[in-house]
Formats: sequence, structure tokens, C-alpha cells
Amino acid sequence: MNSREITTQISKAADFLNLKKWDYGASFSNDYSVQVDKGEAKQLKASQKQILTLRVWNESNLVGITTTSDISESGIKKALNQANIASDFGNKNERTEFSPLAKDPVEFKDVIKRNPVGIKKLLTLLREAEVKLLESHESIKSVPYNGLSESFYERVYANSDGAFRSYTKSQAALYLYARAEEKNKKPRSSGSVKIGYGVEDIDIETCIKDASNKTISHLNYSSIKTDKYLICFSPESFLTIINAFSSMFNARSILDGVSLSNKNSIGEKLSTEALNIYDDGLHEKNISSSPFDGEGTPTKRLCLINKGKIENFIHSESTARIFKTIPTGHAGLGSKVSVSPDWIVVEKSEVNSDLKTSLDHSSYDGEFVYIEELNAIHAGVRASQGSFSLPFDGWLYKNGKKISIESATVAGDIKYLLKNIVNIESTQEVTTSGISPHIWVDKLSITGDE
Amino acid sequence: MLSSQIKSNEIIFGSCNKDLLEEIIFYGIGLGADFVEIFIENTDNSSVLAEEDFITSVSPSFGRGAGIRIFKEKKDGFVSTNDLTKHGLMRSVSQAIEMLDITNNKKGEAFNGLTEHRDYSLSKKKWINEVPSIHEISEKLLVSTKSLKKNNKIITRKGSYSRNLQEVIIASSDGTYVSDIRLHQTVGLNVIASDAQYRSSGSRRFGSSGMPNEFRLWDHEKAANEVFESSMNMLYADYVDAGQMPVVLANKFGGVIFHEACGHLLETTQIERGTTPFENKLNEKIAHESVTAIDEGISEGSFGSLSVDDEGMEPEKSVLIKDGILKKFISDRAGELRTGHKRTGSGRRQNYSFAAASRMRNTFIAKGEHSKEDLINSISDGLYCKSMGGGSVGATGQFNFAVEEGYIIKNGKLTSPVKGATLIGEAKEVMPKISMCGNDLELAPGFCGSISGSVNVTVGQPHIKVDSITVGGR
Repeated sequence: MNSREITTQISKAADFLNLKKWDYGASFSNDYSVQVDKGEAKQLKASQKQILTLRVWNESNLVGITTTSDISESGIKKALNQANIASDFGNKNERTEFSPLAKDPVEFKDVIKRNPVGIKKLLTLLREAEVKLLESHESIKSVPYNGLSESFYERVYANSDGAFRSYTKSQAALYLYARAEEKNKKPRSSGSVKIGYGVEDIDIETCIKDASNKTISHLNYSSIKTDKYLICFSPESFLTIINAFSSMFNARSILDGVSLSNKNSIGEKLSTEALNIYDDGLHEKNISSSPFDGEGTPTKRLCLINKGKIENFIHSESTARIFKTIPTGHAGLGSKVSVSPDWIVVEKSEVNSDLKTSLDHSSYDGEFVYIEELNAIHAGVRASQGSFSLPFDGWLYKNGKKISIESATVAGDIKYLLKNIVNIESTQEVTTSGISPHIWVDKLSITGDE
Repeated sequence: MLSSQIKSNEIIFGSCNKDLLEEIIFYGIGLGADFVEIFIENTDNSSVLAEEDFITSVSPSFGRGAGIRIFKEKKDGFVSTNDLTKHGLMRSVSQAIEMLDITNNKKGEAFNGLTEHRDYSLSKKKWINEVPSIHEISEKLLVSTKSLKKNNKIITRKGSYSRNLQEVIIASSDGTYVSDIRLHQTVGLNVIASDAQYRSSGSRRFGSSGMPNEFRLWDHEKAANEVFESSMNMLYADYVDAGQMPVVLANKFGGVIFHEACGHLLETTQIERGTTPFENKLNEKIAHESVTAIDEGISEGSFGSLSVDDEGMEPEKSVLIKDGILKKFISDRAGELRTGHKRTGSGRRQNYSFAAASRMRNTFIAKGEHSKEDLINSISDGLYCKSMGGGSVGATGQFNFAVEEGYIIKNGKLTSPVKGATLIGEAKEVMPKISMCGNDLELAPGFCGSISGSVNVTVGQPHIKVDSITVGGR
């Protein structure tokens, strides 16, 4: 069945069960991936998947939900039945409705859709990439984590009020994580990830070069003294921190009492006036963009921090209704609808005279710690408390030299971090999770082995 | 069309599928595969969330699918599909064969048909009718969240329950033909406490496998008291000072460090990748002589227990480390093929869309002879980690773990609570520093995410003392 036929099928089954109000979200995907080990194919994978999430509203306007991978006629009927049963336990305290924007026009990005290149081509390309990476430096002994994949999928939202949206996409990803070993030294590992609309859009050579350079740059390492340091966050690491604490902008988290913000936080000063943060799911560089969210609301650019102050929260239908605003296109589809950001864009505002512009990661000759990548986010972030303690890969710049830091964590408080931003560099860099310039923060605690 | 013809052309749970499975396997072997494995599942899951004094989410879900794995020499091709018809399964076999570039002039291994059906599900079919209803679950969760409301500093109260019922059929060209039903239930409580600028959180999770009545027996009052006390103890805690120090790790979920930092390095997938420092250390000392560590899948009701693994092998009790000496690796079929370490009944996967891999089950450090007080009394300046949060281990074996509830040890006594602590180290450096093991071994349930998805496990240990470890803080 195609997505139109599924909609018709659901409509018929709902009529049969006397269910007047329903909506659904579905995804259908075909994925192919390869992994290699020293020139040999290790695991080759293909998968065909279909997931259907159905919501129904009962006569008391309470919502029930069911998810199923069985989209046969009987599977759909069973799912509707179960959703109807679940609706008896629907949340009376917070009602859910269709998004008022579910039938608004959506902006479809002019995305490139690629055709599958096939497993054999994926394997050939990854084998070549592994060989090149191994040959790039004598200390690189293996590429233990590697993969090349391509995915083709369709996402659909429809409801009993006549809304119907769907889009199809292709996406490919390459990751290469190398392991370097030298005598009397600990093994070091680093890597690179690239994504594109298709395999032909992935810059494989740059991925190899990045993985090699990063890994080799950590070969000569040293421990760092536990102290407070001037920190330069790479674009990737700063975006990691912002995403980890995105509950500050999340209306669902606010209502659930797990956010540092509250209903009255709009306008609250969080940072230097020089900081702007947007959520921009439709950004041209966002390969994973989706034109609508789980409730069918169109995706749009939204300012989260404007000149250091909270400007907007991200919303689902129900949170928007409670906050007396409109949905922002950030909802999932669930019994309790989740809310999450799409693609964070960090930039310097026009009010930036208080920044120390001499702090530039490529030229500053004072002492500082450069944080390239933050790790173990799920373990080291307490979003509801605002604290973090995270291991990182990075370097200490001191006396004109750059030395890899052996093993260390950076710890602090997100509000302290934002308030102590001392520079936002001018050049933004595109990463897999958003766009940001390098960000400098003063006096964050680093714990090392010394 | 006759109903018997329809049945023979599609996998039907609860029926004999032997002829169809044999046909699919013969087809793969005939095309030149060395080995064909079919894993088919049917799931019936549900979860319930209570927040404050309301049920805010009830989410049933159903799934059906097959994962087909073909080996040719040491390579494997894996295809997953929702299509359980003969045509869909044959197509998946063809796709895997094509991926591996197998041509049928290369003769595969012989297939002599499936052996006698080992049906572990017979006594378990009634489980679905014995597990608590959504109504019963909701009632108890609401009572639980109500009992978390012990003072006005508790600003958020949550109780969550999930039930996973998985029916599986496993068949492979070595004759394996197995059916099983797995039931996992887990329930958790969480609070956030707040007072002016101070905030803390507390959480506990409980879980079981194969015990439909377990949720009814869960002592929610005791759980609520533990969660509440933990959040109150930590509410006004200062941040810990960073540095190197001795630590005592509590029992139960304290075992997550062994699981993450050492257990994963003893999975054959790590040998395949060349990412474990223990690869050539079999029968060598890798830990302090006070350490004996075990991984098993047989403890009745434990979250990581199973009647049969996802490759059709009954789980064994594997002594990984005996008195500090490395004795065994955790292995699956691919691990045995590629590294030579015998299978241990540890081939596991989240669902049909993952190929099985060597994964831990119930993993713990065995009990020693000391009391908890012995361990704490032996430290003049250190940290007691009463409750651990999550953690991770990097590609070179470095680990880090958040301490959810910690206390300073001063002159052999527990003193003030501290927050923000992270334990950082490397397994091969920390294992020799576990110098004392307590006599109070307990297990705790958890979920482990790795190459074959998220699987149910237990971690565990008695109280243990680590002579020196890096504690990250402010």
C-alpha cells in the first residue's frame, strides 16, 4: 500500500469502528550499510522498515495511541482498536488536538533526491577509504569503527480532518574512526562523520583527511593540571552543549518542571548581548530537514535567543495552546507529544562591542584549552539542574605550543557558561548538528590527571 | 485458495513453521551460503507514564519482522524486513546472497534439515493474560507518585512502567529450531526537588524478566522513600572538589562501572575490532586478586536472563575473571567464527532489525569478605559513590561515569553529600586497584546500548573499594 492507500484504509477502518477523529504518522524506509575490516567486508546490511503511529479520539475527546509495523488491513484495524482502548486512559488534564497549522502550506526545500548506488559500490568506496586512511600515517593501525550507508525514506502525516502531507528523501552517511598506536604510548582514537543527500554528495577525501589529522594530532599527549581555564569551544562542541540544554527553550520541559526556564522566562537575559541562537530546521545546509513535524505543523525558523535574551520557546500543539501561542513545528507524535529542536544556528548579533575579538582560535597566543569534541553527554549532563561534567577531546595551547590533553573533563553550569562568553568568532562552521562559530568562555573547571 | 496453502506461505506464530523455514534455509544454502540464520519476532509492548497525580501517557505498540543473516566464510550479510511471507523471506535471502557476492558455483555447507523443535514458549503462552492490565498498572503508578509527595520541595514526580513481550522463532542451517517468549517489565520513579537556587533529582529503576506477577509485588513505598531521601540528601550538596582519590562504590548499580569499563572489553566484538587491551591476556592477571567477575543469563527473574539467546543457544554462566585472572570472553556465533572463542549463549539483539552480537547479560563482581564499613573505615580522604548515573567508554577504553549521589569520606566516616562528581579512568588501570570487595552483592536492572541495539541487562557488585581514581568536579 502507498501512503494514500493507507490513509484510505485507516479512514475505512475508523468508520467501521465508529471512530470519528484520528490522525497518523508513518515512515517507510529502505536502508543499506556496509562495514569493513582491513580491506574485507565485515557486515553488509539491508533493511526495509515501516512504522505506523495512530491516534484516535474517543467520545470524551481523550486520545489513545498505538504504534505498529503491521500495515495490513487487519494490522490497521488492530492498531485502531488498541488506540481506542488506550484512549480510556487519555490525559484528562492536558487535552491534545490537531495542530491548527496541519493544513497550512509547507515549504519544501529544493532537496536533491539520489538513487541507491547499491551495496557493492558502498563496499568498494568504504574499502578504498579504509586503505587510504590506514596509509595516511604509519601510526594508524586500524579503523575499528567505520561505516557507509544510504537511506531512502518517506514520512507521512494525515488526519480525519483532511490534512495529508508526505515527503520522500534520500540520505547517506560515512563515518571513519581511526586508532593510532605508538610504542610506549596509549592508543589514541578520533574520527570524522560526513553526511549528504546521496553517496555522491559525501566528500570522502575530506572525511579521510579529517579522521587522519584528528587522530594523529592526539598522538603526542600530556595530562593537564586541574584548574580553571579560558576555553575555546569548537562549533561542534558548543552545539553539543546547547542541544544538551535545549530544555531551556522547550515548552514541554517547562510544563514538566524539568527545564531551567519557566513560563515567564521570555525576555530573561541568559548571555552576552552578542549571542543569537535560532532553530532553523529548513536551513539549506541541514541534510536531515523535514518540512513538517509529527503533528503536521510546518517547520520554520525560530529565534530562541535574541541579543542574549530568551525570545521564543519551541512548541507542540498542546503546549502552544497552554502558552496561548501557535505551534512551532517541533512536535513528535506520541501519547504524550514530545518537543525537540531541529537544527541549531548560533551567530554573533550586531550588538557585540563587549566581545574580546583578539580571542581567535587560529591566532591567539595566550594559554587556553581548545575543546574539539565533548563526549558522554547522556551521562554527564543534568539538564534539569543546569550542571555538566563531560570528558572531552582537545588541546592545551601554552607558550605557543599545542599539546593534546590526555584525559580530562570540563565541568560547570550552563547559565554560568552562557554568561561568561567572552568572544564569538565571526566565521560560522557547518556541522552535522547545526551551525556555529567558535565560542570562547572564561574560567571553566577542567579536571585532569595532574 | 485453501487455508493450508495460505499458512504454508507465511510465518504464523503459534503454528509449526518448520517446512517453510527449511525451504528458506535450503534456498540460501543452495545459492552458496555457508550458513543461514532466520530470526523472527512478534512483539506486544506497552508503556504507561504517571506524572504528578495523572496518567499522562499510555502507549501500546506491536511489531513483526524477520532478520536474515547469511555467512560466507567470515563475512556476513544481514537483511531485515517486515514481510513475513515466503516471498518476502526468500527475497531477503536473495538480497543477502547478492550483497555478499556469492555465486552458486561456490558450494556452501550442507543443510540436513531442522532438528527437533525446542519450544521454550510452552509454559509462557499464558503470560500475556497474567501481566497486569493497563488499569491495574495505572492505579499503582498513581499511588506511587502520590507517595513521592512528601514535602513541598518535591516539584516533579514521575512513575513509569513498560512491558515488552517478545515471541521469537530462530532457525538456522546447523539445524537449530527454537521458539521462545520473553517478558520484561520495568518500573521507575523520578523526582526533582527544588528550594530557591538549589535543585536535585532522584531516581530508581526496577526490572524483571519472565515474572508476570512481579509488578504487583513491587514495594512502591520503599522505592518512593529511597528516591525521596536521595533527592533531599543531595538538594543542598556542594560540588565535589576534583582530584585523585580513593573511592567506595556502592553495590547494585555501582556495577555499571565494571559493565561499561571492563565488561564491554571482554566481548568478542571488541577483539574483532582490535579495541580491547585484554585481547591476548587470557589466563593472565588483569585485575586485583580480590576480583572475580561473572556474566550469566540464568538467574531466575533477573533482567538479563534468558532461556535461549537470539542465536538459539542456551545461556551459560561464564566466569570472566577468577581471582584477578582473565578466564573467558563473551562470545556469539560471529565472535566464535572470527576470534575462535567458543559461544557462551550471549548472541543478543534489540529486535529483528539488528544482527545478534556478543553482549552481556547479568554481569557482576562476585562478593568478597568485607563489610561496607570495613571499606569506608579504610579511607582517610575519599569519596563514597552511593548512586551512579550513566556512563560511557570511549574507543580507547577510557570511561567516565556520573555520580548521582556522593558523600565525602573523612577519617573513615561518611560526611557531607557532594554533587557533580564524575569518575574517570581506564579499565586496565583501574581493575588492579579494586583492592577490597564487600559481602553484600546485589544486582540492578538496566539497558545496555551497543552494536546490536538496546538490550536488557543487570549490573551488580558488592560494595568495592578502588584505591585511586580521577574524580572530575569543579
